[in-house]
Amino acid sequence: MEQKFPIKKVSLICAKGSIEDVYATLILGNGAVMEGLEANLFFTFFGMDAITKNRMDKLHTGVVGNPALRLPGGMRMPTLLGIIPGMEAFTSWMMKGQMEKLDIPPVSEFLDLITAGGGKIYACKTAVDMFKLKKEDLSDHVSRILTVGEFYELAGGEGAQIIFT
Amino acid sequence: MAQKTYADVKVDVNEEGYFTNPSQWTKEIAVEIAKEEGIVLTGQHYAIMEFLRNRFNGGEALSIRSINHSGVIDVKTFYQLFPGAPLKKATKIAGIPKPASCV
Repeated sequence: MEQKFPIKKVSLICAKGSIEDVYATLILGNGAVMEGLEANLFFTFFGMDAITKNRMDKLHTGVVGNPALRLPGGMRMPTLLGIIPGMEAFTSWMMKGQMEKLDIPPVSEFLDLITAGGGKIYACKTAVDMFKLKKEDLSDHVSRILTVGEFYELAGGEGAQIIFT
Repeated sequence: MAQKTYADVKVDVNEEGYFTNPSQWTKEIAVEIAKEEGIVLTGQHYAIMEFLRNRFNGGEALSIRSINHSGVIDVKTFYQLFPGAPLKKATKIAGIPKPASCV
């Protein structure tokens, strides 16, 4: 389809570390690469878990204070059930199982796919300092640790969009 | 439904140029579609297209991840073989419908 003002580049910001927040960024980023767009994925604050080696494949989804969460069968999950030990792990395991069925890979593999297609992964300087992380704690796919200014520099250009997931 | 002529054969395609009848596809046709996309086909191209066609014929969904598990080529090579939008280009040249998947 011919578009008058096509998107040529997307810069995605992920600031949260739950399964759904991280996967929103990864699916949009991978989709961009698959469409031939330039893609920058910028991780900050709790989103850092998605690019931290020993955490990225152990993400959870929140079961307390998540009013959209439903039990198998479609009934709303009462928030109080969320405090039962193991509920968060169980729900997260279910989510990952459903995604696997759709051929959505674990985070580490997703980063492999995105970078194989030329997508770039960046970490936020403030978050690295705040969480006392070192470059070696982060995925080898992280190309640089950026300041906000540097992020804006590489996010610019014609047909460029910044998306905060 | 639109028709296009490749290698002196009339084939049925949709408005985006994807085959609506994959059985009309031949390797000679693939060469001409590839030319339209600016790609010169090699053995590696044919090998991964065969994988895609087999998977499509088997009713399995096509995803970028499945390429890595194909045992034919890895994803990085796939992006190099079909620059730009690899899965879209590869399925078009392989004469199968555009994948309806976000991954």
